[in-house]
Formats: sequence, structure tokens, C-alpha cells
Amino acid sequence: MNANRFKALVLRTGGTNCDLETKVALEELGVKTEIVHMNSVEKKNLLEYHLIVFPGGFSYGDYVRAGAVWGKRVLAKLRTQLEKFIEEGRLILGICNGFQVLAEAGVLPGNGVSETPSIALANNSSAKYECRWVWIRVENNETPFTTAMRKGEVLRIPVGHAEGRFLTGSEEILNELKRNEQILFRYVLPNGDDANGLYPYNPNGSTYDIAGICSKKGNVMGMMPHPERAFFGWQLPEWSGRPPERGDGWKIFKSIVDYLESYR
Amino acid sequence: MRMKVEVRLKPGHFDPEGDVTAKSLRDLGFPVSTVKVGKVYILEVEVSDRKEALKLAEDMCKKLLANPVKDDYSIEVLSP
Repeated sequence: MNANRFKALVLRTGGTNCDLETKVALEELGVKTEIVHMNSVEKKNLLEYHLIVFPGGFSYGDYVRAGAVWGKRVLAKLRTQLEKFIEEGRLILGICNGFQVLAEAGVLPGNGVSETPSIALANNSSAKYECRWVWIRVENNETPFTTAMRKGEVLRIPVGHAEGRFLTGSEEILNELKRNEQILFRYVLPNGDDANGLYPYNPNGSTYDIAGICSKKGNVMGMMPHPERAFFGWQLPEWSGRPPERGDGWKIFKSIVDYLESYR
Repeated sequence: MRMKVEVRLKPGHFDPEGDVTAKSLRDLGFPVSTVKVGKVYILEVEVSDRKEALKLAEDMCKKLLANPVKDDYSIEVLSP
């Protein structure tokens, strides 16, 4: 595999704490990865990169709403570049806080950027920070983020968030997400059956058990679970026994690399 | 001009923080049926025209302070 012709940008800001794991995961698959702070991002040309990742964390202390401040800062600093980046079909991945950022910036679920968000990641219905392993089912495996999986495959990946309850502004937006097959991952029971909101399998009360969605064109994806925390076998709960070489999160990064290799 | 912006969940929206707070207050013996939790922002805005200040605050709500998917907001001028 010769993925080192691909470049990824992992953005960070005050409160980001999953940037390093994300970089390690991408580099393990051969992608050249740079971590860049928001304060120096303006010196960068985004179009040099094939992938931008907004990693997990608690950017700006989750003040106002999780992801809101970073989301708006991204718009203020990078809007034009980001719109071009998306339009060219390059990839953006938002994990956990990164998903909240993409939602608040209006990058998801539409195409490009809209000033007003049409989705929200609200406080968990348990009113608690939920840190646990969950099972998610692949609903659409024809996107750059899911090609290395089967449709209907169940992945085990952990979540860690207090604001992850996926909401849409209207029933119509939810229906559109379904119609366009933008729902990539749904929380399910360990056997793959629908969770139907059942706690703790649906850890936050998300509408329609939604764990991750992509944009209409499919090149922007946001998800609450942390694939970078389930990348190596030694990160799994069975680490002290005989863990497999890789966790299920690996498949998401592998999909990205496979996609880049076949289309770029 | 000093202003107050209050952001709270839209009516009918599930408010887990409010529910937990209500339960805790009931545990202490208070006759509380519901609690709704919101956020209050006190702003010093550098304009002197009341109308203009209200418009600015409205804009702030739309752009940052509230997410229209789940939040309502109200704006008040506290002092000139």
C-alpha cells in the first residue's frame, strides 16, 4: 500500500484532546498527517490536503454549546477555503466534538455550508456524560468512509460525550436524510437489531438511533463514536486476553484510504 | 448598552438537565413539578441606539448563542 502520497490535516484548538490518536491512526495506514492549531491554520492552504479531520475533545470548554464556538470560528476563518474543499469532493471527517462542530457550522447535513444549523447534538437524555462501548450498524457502505465494510455490519466503537443526542430541525429533514441515504451509522443492540432508543445501546437518546451521517454528496461525515479509540486490538476491552490485531474503528480509516487510492 | 439574552429549549423539547434538577429539588422536599434550564448572557454592546442593539443581539442569537433546531431566545435591554 502506498498511501503516503495522501495528506491529512488534523485541526486542533484549545480543549481538543483526540488529535494525537487520530494522527497515529492515519499514519498507521500511511497517510501523511499534520496536526495544526486553529491559530496558525490561516497560513495553510487547505487544498493541499485530501482529508481534514475535526477530532474529539471539548473545544473552548464546550461553552455556549458543544462545538458551537469552534464551528463559528471555522466559518469566520476558513469559510471560503472550506467551501472550495467540499465542492472539490475532498473529505472531511468530524469525530464526536468534530461532529458537533460540523453540525454547528452548518457543514452537515447539507452540501457546502449554511449559516443556520438544521441539526443539533443536544444534551444526552440520561443527563450524564456517557462513556461506553456501543454497537453501530453500517446503513450505507457506498461512501468514502464506509467502503471497507458490509452493509448491515455491526461495529463496536466507544462513545464519550455529554451532548450527542442527534436532533433534526424538522421531520422533513430526517426524511431527507433517510431518502438520500445520508445516515451511515445507527446505534443497535449487540446482535444488530434496532435499538429503538433503548438505553444504553442508544447511549444518548438520538432520534432514529442516529450515530453518524454524511453530507448529500457523501464527502463530509460526522459521527459521535470514536473510531480512533478502537483502532488497535490493544485498545479493546479484551486487551488483556487475546485481542484481535485491529478494532472496528480501523475500518473507517481503511475505507478513507481505500477511497483515496481508487479515486485520487 | 447593557443587554440580557436568555437562551432556553423550545417548548416541548426534552430537557434532561431540567428533569434531573426537578427531581433533586423534590428529593429535598420542595413542591416542584418542572424545571426548565436555560442560559443567560449579559452583554455590554458598544452601540447607543436601542433598536440597533436589539437587532445586533438578535443576530448574535442566530449566529452563535442559539441553535434554532432546539433553542428559543429572548432579548432585553437592561440599561442604556
